[in-house]
Amino acid sequence: MRGPSFLDQLSDAVPGAVVGQNLDALDPWIEIAPEQIAAASRWLSKSSPVRFDSLQCITAIDWFEPDPKKAAKVSWQPRTELVYHLWSTSQRVSLVLKCNVPRWKGDVPGDLPEIPSVTGVWRGADWHEREVYDLSGVWFTGHPDLRRILCPEDWEGHPLRKDYEQPLEYHGIRGK
Amino acid sequence: MASVIGDDPRIIEFDVRTDEMLVNMGPQHPSTHGVLRLVLRTDGEIVSEVEPHIGYLHRCAEKIGENLTHRQWIPYTDRMDYLAAMNMNLGWALTVEKLMKYEVSEKARHLRVLIVELNRIASHLVGMGAYGLDLGTFSPFLYAFREREKILDLFEEACGARLTYSYITVGGLTADLPPGWLERCEAFLDQFEPIIREYHALLTTNAIFVKRTAGIGVLSREMAIEYGCTGPVLRGSGVDQDFRRDGEAIYTAMYDGYAFEVAVMKDGHYPRDHEYPAVPTDAVLGDCWHRFFVRMLEVVQSMDLVRQAIDRYSACKGSLGEPLKLTEKMPVGDAYLETECPKGQMGFYVVSDGSATPWRVRARSSSFSNLAVAPELCRGCLIADVPAIVGSLDIVMGEIDR
Repeated sequence: MRGPSFLDQLSDAVPGAVVGQNLDALDPWIEIAPEQIAAASRWLSKSSPVRFDSLQCITAIDWFEPDPKKAAKVSWQPRTELVYHLWSTSQRVSLVLKCNVPRWKGDVPGDLPEIPSVTGVWRGADWHEREVYDLSGVWFTGHPDLRRILCPEDWEGHPLRKDYEQPLEYHGIRGK
Repeated sequence: MASVIGDDPRIIEFDVRTDEMLVNMGPQHPSTHGVLRLVLRTDGEIVSEVEPHIGYLHRCAEKIGENLTHRQWIPYTDRMDYLAAMNMNLGWALTVEKLMKYEVSEKARHLRVLIVELNRIASHLVGMGAYGLDLGTFSPFLYAFREREKILDLFEEACGARLTYSYITVGGLTADLPPGWLERCEAFLDQFEPIIREYHALLTTNAIFVKRTAGIGVLSREMAIEYGCTGPVLRGSGVDQDFRRDGEAIYTAMYDGYAFEVAVMKDGHYPRDHEYPAVPTDAVLGDCWHRFFVRMLEVVQSMDLVRQAIDRYSACKGSLGEPLKLTEKMPVGDAYLETECPKGQMGFYVVSDGSATPWRVRARSSSFSNLAVAPELCRGCLIADVPAIVGSLDIVMGEIDR
């Protein structure tokens, strides 16, 4: 069910969507091209032989080492990785989708990377995407109401980024 | 002028017409279960839109987790769902154990089942009692807290804490049970069992309670799935899913050999429903009443599981085993695991770069997804039904805001 044939079907239905996979990992995952995530999600939830009708979680991982000495030793490329955990209620199987986007759009610090929103596929993605935007700074294009959810509206920065610096002052409250 | 329009019967309609009004409920409102703020757009008594504002209890738990080792983060999981801290501890411990491919001893496994199921009873008692409060009846709350107190006493004896336990930890549990604890636990169960009938008399079949909950806030099966609702909220809509049975092997293996039936309505019947009051005729599958009833059934189910766990635990020879060291390194990789907590499926995600400190931790909160569906449920309801609907979701803000 999760073997190569399933991947082939996904590649046929959404050409160019699958860019990598690891089916032997603890949680088998498929890497999806970021611009295809909404199309691939729609196929997975509506047309695939296993209907992944529920989105459990969206996580953003910031792959970045602020310390230049340690950064020279790491084996990975700096990037923001988005992880989507899906679940099929009828067949009781899970699937992990991963997407890699640059840390900043066009490598201009301050310009948030963009990825299509999946709110049109699973309505529950609404709040999850707002949380990822708030804490990790990823802009979901096509989201109906993308604004901060946990931090105050006038908060600056995205706290779960590795180079985040805590503000020294917020409305007269001293930080640090 | 008045005499001219006074003849027109439609004018009366214009006179009593109300304007749309924004009503702010919370963040300190007693029926919002913590610091939740709801902005209601109302037209008279009818609510046309509800917008939850969350984040008042945000404590950066995920960021803190990136700066502590896996075991040091356990106390922070306590403070997520503080009404079921044992279940939170277990979720994180199992996630790290999954990544490390670590298996706890047989004795620790049964003790974990015993403890988390006991905590599930305590959590559902708060859910039930506080729900009564939301609907304006005070006494069930006091009866529920009387019994919950006894569970907290048992927990205090076992681990020294009454709310934030940090008892279950990565690689096992911090201590074994003190002598005589099992007998006291059994005595509690024997004393508690007949009381459940009282709860049903106080709430389940109470005419006012039924009027306030039956047919209110109906959550369809499809919507529950699409929003990622889990736990009693999902089962109350008739979806047969319980991660203690359907979850990943590392979690379901904990319940190997345990007999329990998932509390969900199948073909118009709940498991063993002849022992409980009949479903009111006004109740619709997926409404507030069903969500409440599923929790009541799970209290009995958890009691059965605790009894089974006591038998198995006392039959186990040997030692509990030592938990992992604080600085035990994790392999490179990531692991995601969801466990069935009282409020729903709590997911933890750990990404490791090979050290003892995770590169990234993520807590997927069940109440977060369950609350996200509230605006859908409240559309077009009466103002007085908003607390009834939000209360039936049994949310805990510590878990939503993390």
